[in-house]
Amino acid sequence: MRPPRAIESIHFTLLSPDDIRRISVTRIVTADTYDEDGFPIERGLMDRRLGVVDPGLRCKTCGSGPRDCPGHFGHIELARPVVHVNYVEPIFDLLRSTCRKCGRILLSEEVATKFREEMEGKKSWWEVSDKVLQSVSKVDKCPHCGEKQLEIKFEKPFTFLEGKNRLTPQDIRARLERIPTEDSTLLGVSPEIRPEWMVLTVLLVPPVTVRPSITLETGVRSEDDLTHKLVDIIRINQRLAENIEAGAPHLIVEDLWELLQYHVATYFSNEISGVPPARHRSGRVLRTLSQRLKGKEGRFRGNLSGKRVDFSARAVVSPDPCLKLDEVGVPEQVARVLTVRTRVTSFNIEEMREYVRRGPKVHPGANWVISPDGKRYDLRYADREELAKNLEPGYVVERHLQNGDVVLFNRQPSLHRMSIMAHKVRVMPGRTFRLNLCVCPLYNADFDGDEMNLHVPQSEEAQVEAKVLMAVQNQIISPRFGGPIIGGVQDHITGVYLLTRRGTLLTKEQAHQLLIEAGVTASLPQPAVVRGGKEYWTGKQIFSQLLPKGLNITYRAKICAGCSKCMKEECEKDAYVVVRDGELIHGVIDAHGYKALDKCELLDEMVREYGEEVTAEFLNKVTRLSIAAARMLGFTTSIDDEDIPPITKERIEEALEKARKRVEQLIEIYNRGELEPLPGRSLRETLEMRIMEVLAEVRDKAGEIAEKHLSLANPAVIMARTGARGSMLNLTQMAACVGQQSVRGERLSRGYVGRVLPHFKPGDLGAEARGFVSSSYKEGLRPIEFFFHAMGGREGLVDTAVRTAQSGYMQRRLINALQDLRVEYDGTVRDDRGRIVQFLYGEDGVDPMRADNGKPVNVSKIVRKIIGVVEED
Amino acid sequence: MGGEFDPRRHVLVPKHEILSEEEVKEILARYRIKPSQLPWIKSSDPVVKAIGANPGDILKITRESPTAGKAVVYRYVVKG
Ligand SMILES: [Mg+2]
Ligand SMILES: [Zn+2]
Ligand SMILES: [Zn+2]
Ligand SMILES: [Zn+2]
Repeated sequence: MRPPRAIESIHFTLLSPDDIRRISVTRIVTADTYDEDGFPIERGLMDRRLGVVDPGLRCKTCGSGPRDCPGHFGHIELARPVVHVNYVEPIFDLLRSTCRKCGRILLSEEVATKFREEMEGKKSWWEVSDKVLQSVSKVDKCPHCGEKQLEIKFEKPFTFLEGKNRLTPQDIRARLERIPTEDSTLLGVSPEIRPEWMVLTVLLVPPVTVRPSITLETGVRSEDDLTHKLVDIIRINQRLAENIEAGAPHLIVEDLWELLQYHVATYFSNEISGVPPARHRSGRVLRTLSQRLKGKEGRFRGNLSGKRVDFSARAVVSPDPCLKLDEVGVPEQVARVLTVRTRVTSFNIEEMREYVRRGPKVHPGANWVISPDGKRYDLRYADREELAKNLEPGYVVERHLQNGDVVLFNRQPSLHRMSIMAHKVRVMPGRTFRLNLCVCPLYNADFDGDEMNLHVPQSEEAQVEAKVLMAVQNQIISPRFGGPIIGGVQDHITGVYLLTRRGTLLTKEQAHQLLIEAGVTASLPQPAVVRGGKEYWTGKQIFSQLLPKGLNITYRAKICAGCSKCMKEECEKDAYVVVRDGELIHGVIDAHGYKALDKCELLDEMVREYGEEVTAEFLNKVTRLSIAAARMLGFTTSIDDEDIPPITKERIEEALEKARKRVEQLIEIYNRGELEPLPGRSLRETLEMRIMEVLAEVRDKAGEIAEKHLSLANPAVIMARTGARGSMLNLTQMAACVGQQSVRGERLSRGYVGRVLPHFKPGDLGAEARGFVSSSYKEGLRPIEFFFHAMGGREGLVDTAVRTAQSGYMQRRLINALQDLRVEYDGTVRDDRGRIVQFLYGEDGVDPMRADNGKPVNVSKIVRKIIGVVEED
Repeated sequence: MGGEFDPRRHVLVPKHEILSEEEVKEILARYRIKPSQLPWIKSSDPVVKAIGANPGDILKITRESPTAGKAVVYRYVVKG
């Protein structure tokens, strides 16, 4: 084989009929492919001169086997010419701007010369042809021979009409032939191309290597779509030729000709608008030339820009809180198939021998052995004892994936760099990939059936690179804003809140139990309380065991009510967090402490002062501790968390009634014409705004009333207030009142004439008639309310569907535009050709990953650290 | 031309200056580039016309920056 060479240039052009005949190794005349013995028929579509794909056969043209034969083109002589569908537009332009009789361009010699001069010396000379076309369109008499021109019309997909007459491809070709090359050049056709080549008389047949047939296990041969299409073309071509020969009626010939045109057109592209796509016998639409190249699954995007890879696996994911942050659970079945190429050395030879002995079926085993001379031994069949004995340094063993191996783990859509991270393997039973819950927000993974991919780097270099650059620990700080984006989720927050809030006292047994579950083996500190001869420890003490010594931080927790006068250490909610020398002295830990995608004060400080390893270890422990604490202290939630006493219910009802009245009042004022319009608004708009205001207010009011009964003793409230899951709005919608439903930010109004549903009078503007839901989710919605709610809910679904499609395309465009930019050592941002895009990255040269929310330093954070107090806002 | 609007007086138009030959040399050496590797600005740009710059000149533009306070960038004037 010739060594590969760099491509210097690519030239796109049209092939002339003679070119095609010259390229061709044979003319194809028969539509049959194989004879009864399954042997390729001479001058058929599978002719052995076109190349071979089946092993054991030799190409009749170049004499090589299927590995080396590149394939050779053939050709079909068409009985009548047909237009090439991809060139109908230039054909149309050429027809209407040249004389129907003499073929000259419909421009006087002076004008034409002027345009020729303009084209002269222009690099993109064809751009002039647009102007040429425009000036031609006004001419109706040939300036050269005086022939009167008729209007030419083009009917999609490939019909040309002159006045009432249809121009056959033969007529078209004749006209194109008449155009002098100087004139066609003026119309944008390269001088090395003759315009009549756009009407085909000879069709190039691609080699069999381009359209290999597949032999199914049953022995049935299945042909490629292109072959099917070519068979159709040859059949019709043959019939057309026979009918012309036999002097068949004009009409029949026309029909067959049209059919030939259809088949040749769909051979090029099977997605022409106005043309029914050609189908397989089974009804499946054929994938012809254009479809092979186009789109996501096409040759460019599907096979050249992106490919399928070996050493990869895909499975459903499920959670495992016992895994470390940087681990991934891999099913044994997967680990037995994925392998790592390991070179045998004097250090690992005994280990490798053992793997070879165990073979492919027992887990820590091996699938292949490669000897230094490059021979591969399949351990399914080889004598493993013998091979293990003969193993020596220099051999390569493809051993099973095992604990501690570095793999890349990925979930689509890979929107940011944290979508692919390096994990350490933990082989375990089961059939799913398992992952630690803290990495879910990064992958945006949940466990409702999500699947993820796993890739095994093969070389030592690749493994190290993955470990150093892509390990989960290295991703704790987001490159987007410089703060931690890995953290606790859901129960991790609730559990640690329950543990660290005031009044949590633990016995010695309990304290030990919690610490051991967290994986801490240090001895307990002095008990905080001794009562009745028994020792008790506070939850804060237990939590502090996980904090590194020397850690100091002061911040407000999420549950802080934002009181006008902060009571600091005396805060009745215990929302003022003080950590001194790694000891949690005041405050509770909640979402502001270490929740993923939240403020993460504690994690932020830890990762800055102690680094990623310490932080990762903290996360490993704290998540297990918080789950254990929630289990020990008890935590559950159910719908009676949204129960409110009847008196409160009544008060909510009153508030709603008052609002209803107020809306009616507003409508009445409006009907009397006494409503004052807001500046820049019509009366109607003003009314709508006022009503919405009143209804929004009452929803909040109802919420407020309900909230009085939703204290921190309520588990659902604990989750909302600590930021673990849900919001107070969610809770009040469940307990008190769902509120106004809207579409495009307005009250519901569409459906019937003047009303949303036939249950209301036309023109009713009242709260109920326009989508106000006064029920709560807990008590349940009335049928009409339910319908309104579905209307509002639908908008949300449509929005998300549309947004993902749009942002996906935007992402693709942005990546294509930005992928080659990089920051050079001098701080400039340059593209792949060294052209400067920014003179200093971001104009200030700050790396957002090492910055604090975009700023190089956070002054108030430093002040706080030094004086140890949260300043008043 | 007399009473025509001068774009340089507009608040949103940053300061444009034509670099002297020495300054050009210094800039090209500093970034180790050819002039064509700088970002381009067309000679038909209103400010380029206003300061009388010609194709081949290099402009220094000093503008306010939300991140750095003040940022200096350079543009290579091209025909257009
Ligand atoms: Mg999901
Ligand atoms: Zn060959
Ligand atoms: Zn003429
Ligand atoms: Zn407070």
